[in-house]
Amino acid sequence: MFRVLLIPVLALVTSLALGALVMLLFGDDPILAYQGLFQGAFGSGRAWSSTIRKMIPLILTGLSVAVAFKAGLFNIGASGQFVMGSVFSVAVGIHFEGLPMYIHLPMAILAGMLGGMIWGAIPGFLKVTTGAHEVIVTIMLNYVAALFGGWTVYAGGTQGQTPGPLWDPTARAISETPDVLHSAQIPWIFGPPYRVHFGVFLALLAVLIIWWLIYKTTVGFEIRTVGQNPKAARYAGIRVEKTVVLTMAIAGGLAGLAGTIETLGLNHKFAPEFGGQVGFDGITVALLGQTHPVGVVFASFLFGALDAGAAKMQFESGVAADIIQVIQALVLAFVAAPLIIKALFRLRSTQDDRHSASLNTSWGGS
Amino acid sequence: MSFWSRTARVAVSLVVLMLLMAILVELTPLGENKWMRVFFGVSALNFTLRAAIPLVLGALSGILCERSGIINIGIEGMMLAGAFAGFVAKSSTNDWPLYLSLVFSVIVSLGVGGLMGLLHGMLSIRFRMDQIISGSVIIILAAGLTSYLFDRDAIADGKFTPIPIPLLSEIPVIGPVLFNNPPITYLALLLVLVVHIAIFYTRWGLRTRAVGEHPRAADTEGINVNLMRYFNTMLGGMLAGLAGAYLVLEAVGQFQEGMTAGRGFISLAAMIFGNWTPFGALGAATLFGYTQALQNEFLLAGVTTIPRQFVSMLPYVVTIIAVSGLVGRVRAPAAIGRPYDTEGGR
Repeated sequence: MFRVLLIPVLALVTSLALGALVMLLFGDDPILAYQGLFQGAFGSGRAWSSTIRKMIPLILTGLSVAVAFKAGLFNIGASGQFVMGSVFSVAVGIHFEGLPMYIHLPMAILAGMLGGMIWGAIPGFLKVTTGAHEVIVTIMLNYVAALFGGWTVYAGGTQGQTPGPLWDPTARAISETPDVLHSAQIPWIFGPPYRVHFGVFLALLAVLIIWWLIYKTTVGFEIRTVGQNPKAARYAGIRVEKTVVLTMAIAGGLAGLAGTIETLGLNHKFAPEFGGQVGFDGITVALLGQTHPVGVVFASFLFGALDAGAAKMQFESGVAADIIQVIQALVLAFVAAPLIIKALFRLRSTQDDRHSASLNTSWGGS
Repeated sequence: MSFWSRTARVAVSLVVLMLLMAILVELTPLGENKWMRVFFGVSALNFTLRAAIPLVLGALSGILCERSGIINIGIEGMMLAGAFAGFVAKSSTNDWPLYLSLVFSVIVSLGVGGLMGLLHGMLSIRFRMDQIISGSVIIILAAGLTSYLFDRDAIADGKFTPIPIPLLSEIPVIGPVLFNNPPITYLALLLVLVVHIAIFYTRWGLRTRAVGEHPRAADTEGINVNLMRYFNTMLGGMLAGLAGAYLVLEAVGQFQEGMTAGRGFISLAAMIFGNWTPFGALGAATLFGYTQALQNEFLLAGVTTIPRQFVSMLPYVVTIIAVSGLVGRVRAPAAIGRPYDTEGGR
């Protein structure tokens, strides 16, 4: 246990030190900055709630990318799947007035997951039927999803363009949907100003289910076998094509769930700018968590805290919040290449350092 | 194996077809049709080229790295770093003569791009980091650092302007499209040819491909595998840096946060779409550029019947269709993504 944690902790410390060095170099005060960062992440009830709030979508997009990695697939499409999840869930969430919550809310959540699943399954399907590379297709589908999401809430144009189907006319020129009906909102655990909702348990439940699926079921065994050696998997009678499509659908469903939970739990509506960085952060979190579901939770906690503290840091010390991104990149680098940390701290190398997990098997195609 | 792969042939035919159509539209009554002008007017072609240049350079960057066996998904980050470096260099030498300052800035962009390439090489070769992670690190690092260091009050004065090539630029249609451009555009088009020849007809190219396809055999022949990979990754970084320089010093004239806006990723798609060949990549980049141009032309022509979001989807949908049907299975260099150890090495 100690050894597992040693490298990530040293990586974090080193990254913070390097970040401080950069700040000193460009005339910022690192001590003031880190004080602000810590306060913004853990300094009060509101800080904690903001850390947890930032963590939820990271866990799910991280899981999404991690699951795909297990089958040797690189899902860069989490942000598109996130958007589709948001759009599908909001479409159900703003309609069906009068339904009781125990029907409406699950319906909206399932719709969101379905949106993500479809968006994830397309690249999987194209890969096995035509050989189209999932990296290209997922990147392209990100743009398509962003534009599609933008169209659904489009407020119309001055040249007589028709507005999108989910647009809220009372918002006038603003492109956004109306609020999700109360019966489809994920309830608060702690209401405003804390704004922590029950979505956090949904995310943790997803972690549990995915862990069980990957390590305890036949499907998970097939996914891992396909990831390690597709030829051997085929030889062993595993239907590789089916596994690839299924894995991408699961990955898409998870990222879709991230969008769903953000929409139904936090934003209560959808606007084109709500997608943000979260899909790409999912890649980082998955890599940092070494593609293990539990690792993903820890990585999300760390990144959630850094994201939550960034604003407070900028406010308190005047240091641009962008430095946090630099620190995140460094943490990722040091965790992914333990050789650097070991050389730095003169730790003994172990045999398996030289054979760190390879994620890029899918690049060359089969 | 034919070096003129199928994708390269498709690409070249596409470019020729577009030019032919433009000539017809420009010189015959076909030009009276509004739709023909929207699709094949000179302005659409000009826009296509402008949008394609950074993609071509990014794709060439990827080709150099990946032909030697190093995956480079960090093109986006290298491009952004190059753009930022070019901007800083330009805005701090505003009082120099314009061309001197611009050329100096391009060199700085190349240098910083090369350094990013070197970093990618060190992380993935020396420290054996997974190359996809290393690329991600480069992207995040570049995004973070450039935003952190960006001085929002700085201004770059002036940018590269078109230099018409005598005689050639007088040719109708082809002249204004191809021979009346700023210098980095010419350079990028020239580089497609240079990289093609270098990879397929020189000793360096043969070695690069050997290192990317079968490093063990290359090593046996006395080629220093990792040195080749370092060299190519740096060169690739410089090309991505040049793409950044194009954005700042030729296209926009200023730096904006995150201004590469996914072009590095689309370059990656162009590289794979073009089956890791320079001309294939040029064709793919042209296709992307053309679909972007269409969206612009539709807007100018006042086409509102189709929601603009759907028009904007064109480049991406076309790519998906193209990689699923047109190209079929592409093949990456065989040893890609795997670190190389000499027999009994450290």
